[in-house]
Amino acid sequence: MNKIIEARFIAPDIKLFRIEAPKIAEKRKPGQFVVVRVDELGERIPLTIADSNAKEGSVTIIVQGVGKTTKHLNMLEAGDYIQDIVGPLGKPSEIENYGVAVSIGGGVGTAIAYPTAKALKEAGNYVIGIIGGRTKEFVILEEEMKQFCDELYPTTDDGSYGYHGFVTHKLQELLDQGRKVDFVLAIGPIPMMKAVADVTRPYGIKTVVSLNPIMVDATGMCGGCRVTVDGKTFFACVDGPEFDAHKVDFENLTKRNRMYLPHERQALDEFICKIELISKKLEKQDA
Amino acid sequence: MPELTNKDRMKIPRHHMPEQEPEVRIKNFNEVNYGYTIQLAQEEAERCIRCKKPVCIDGCPVAVKIPDFIKLIAEGKFKEAADLLKEDNALPAICGRVCPQEDQCEKVCVLAKKGEPVAIGHLERFVADWERETIGYRVPEMKPKTGKKVAIVGGGPAGLSCAKDLIVMGHDVTVFEALHEIGGVLIYGIPEFRLPKEIVRSEVDYLRMLGVEFRTNYVIGLTETVDELMQRYDAVFIGVGAGLPYFLNIPGENLMGVYSANEFLTRVNLMKAYKFPEADTPIMDLRGKDVAVFGGGNTAMDAVRTAIRLGAKRGMIIYRRTEAEMPARIEEIKHAKEEGVEFIFLCAPLEFFGDDDGWVRAVKVQKMELGEPDASGRRKPIPIEGAVDVIPIDAAVIAIGNGSNPIISKTTPDLKVNKWGNIIVDPETMKTSKKGVFAGGDIVTGGATVILAMGAGRKAAKAIDEYLKNTDVW
Repeated sequence: MNKIIEARFIAPDIKLFRIEAPKIAEKRKPGQFVVVRVDELGERIPLTIADSNAKEGSVTIIVQGVGKTTKHLNMLEAGDYIQDIVGPLGKPSEIENYGVAVSIGGGVGTAIAYPTAKALKEAGNYVIGIIGGRTKEFVILEEEMKQFCDELYPTTDDGSYGYHGFVTHKLQELLDQGRKVDFVLAIGPIPMMKAVADVTRPYGIKTVVSLNPIMVDATGMCGGCRVTVDGKTFFACVDGPEFDAHKVDFENLTKRNRMYLPHERQALDEFICKIELISKKLEKQDA
Repeated sequence: MPELTNKDRMKIPRHHMPEQEPEVRIKNFNEVNYGYTIQLAQEEAERCIRCKKPVCIDGCPVAVKIPDFIKLIAEGKFKEAADLLKEDNALPAICGRVCPQEDQCEKVCVLAKKGEPVAIGHLERFVADWERETIGYRVPEMKPKTGKKVAIVGGGPAGLSCAKDLIVMGHDVTVFEALHEIGGVLIYGIPEFRLPKEIVRSEVDYLRMLGVEFRTNYVIGLTETVDELMQRYDAVFIGVGAGLPYFLNIPGENLMGVYSANEFLTRVNLMKAYKFPEADTPIMDLRGKDVAVFGGGNTAMDAVRTAIRLGAKRGMIIYRRTEAEMPARIEEIKHAKEEGVEFIFLCAPLEFFGDDDGWVRAVKVQKMELGEPDASGRRKPIPIEGAVDVIPIDAAVIAIGNGSNPIISKTTPDLKVNKWGNIIVDPETMKTSKKGVFAGGDIVTGGATVILAMGAGRKAAKAIDEYLKNTDVW
């Protein structure tokens, strides 16, 4: 059982948690993740570590409530406990001084782009950040990113804030301007990562993406997270989660991630139903 | 009652294990075997002719004093039988259920020459169950505390048996487990219907009662390295088990509906996917579906019988050799057949075909024939040119074994491994290339059995005990 030290929403349905986990805090490097289980019958879900504080003994994760488990997590508050947290898992990001590095975060992916941007800056890179959201309120961690980015471009799909367009449009614009880019890290929804790979491919820019396949044990035992990269099968949990974006089979990943869609819908529907019942009961009691 | 003569004993037929009827058990996950009653156990125990030179003991990887504990059962001294059994076997309730006795103790039983061997496995299980259910676990005689501390990496059969011996020897023992529950393959791999998880939990509780400490959610190599453990502990035993599952390396293997046996079984056993949506982890809906399992070992049998229980219409074992070469326990093959599993022999998969949505829909197989024996002594399957078949399927489970997990070896540079990534040890002492570090079980041998892993854990415990008396010598 691990105690939640801090819990606060940073965007609609997106919540930041600081969780007591001293060993993981001591060890984690940018790009690594934890596996979390909310309760005794809970599933094991991988979540990238956004930040850590070794002194306090805490790790920070940022959770977007989309399915039952993430919505359940997002109902927890400071002082609550989560059943299990294990890590740090996966290989750390390969950080070096590339020259000019662009760190791209789409939606909650910014939570993962952030620690790597920080590490890239510390390694001596000139860091350009591009962080996108559907609308203004979905652009997260802008202040935090600013500290480590030499240039930072927020983008919104609807133009309600920053650059009007997708993160890829902004990246393309920079390349069109003849800006020299040596390294790109892109983290976000699969279509976004694929689009970034397509933008950088003609320029031959080294591009890395962090993949999010379905995992169970996340220590190399089950093979559920296998991804196709350069025609070969890799386990994202031990060989990744970061891979060469130009070689990833995004189509296969998209399909495999949809494998349990009906189950996910059923679990979510029943969860929402249960919560509504409980809140109705509480309302009655109050009345 | 006058003492029976050997002739009398040999006349008694082997007592079969009472079990759930196949048509009932395919609809539940409860244990198939009910276990012997006291009467059955005592009658079976009378079959043992108490050989002067009991070869069955040599057939047991942990050298259980078989004729002696069986004699105690015949005499109705179950408590004494349990104590004797536990001197050599830390987990008898588990071994009685999952050991391949027909290849070990029962294979060499003198009775097997003329008829059926004594049901040693069933008797072992009887004693262990009787103790747990009737008098409960008791603390054995423990040696005085030595003040030495040993870290065990991996809470599976190798680690648990090593932990038990070391704690009795007076050392402090902590077991580090990567998953959220202790037991390793006993929890994530072997299904409830063959090994109820309650039994694993109570065996673990027994070790806890003896003073073994357990840390779950702790991945050695990542949460803490072996070198860091060495700063806090006097010795380390690595028993992390089998690692990355092998795949067939054929086209279409990453289609939806294609599982490794490890994933399929972990979802159902550890994560309780058969209780979805009460448990959060799902498994694909197999009701009315055709499921093919590739492989011929116990894991393949576990997977196909699990698929049947999840409602599969057709559960198939597709194996490239024949039944005679199958490594699975005879009882598992028998149970699988009773449960309606189809065995398709001499077929090797060539390619999976999927539909537009990315779900597996069929498998193309190459028909084989048996040739000369290969390195394993089994006749080698050879493709029959041009003989291929396409079998429609809705799901596939690959159960062809496991490679080694790289997490420990990558983070422990001075630990020598072979070209497959298995840790190299001295086979007598289980010492690795790194001073103070021992290893055993599947991470050393590659995929093997629960009892072989336990044997390795015991061997290591003995060597660790000796090492702790004089840590200057390696």
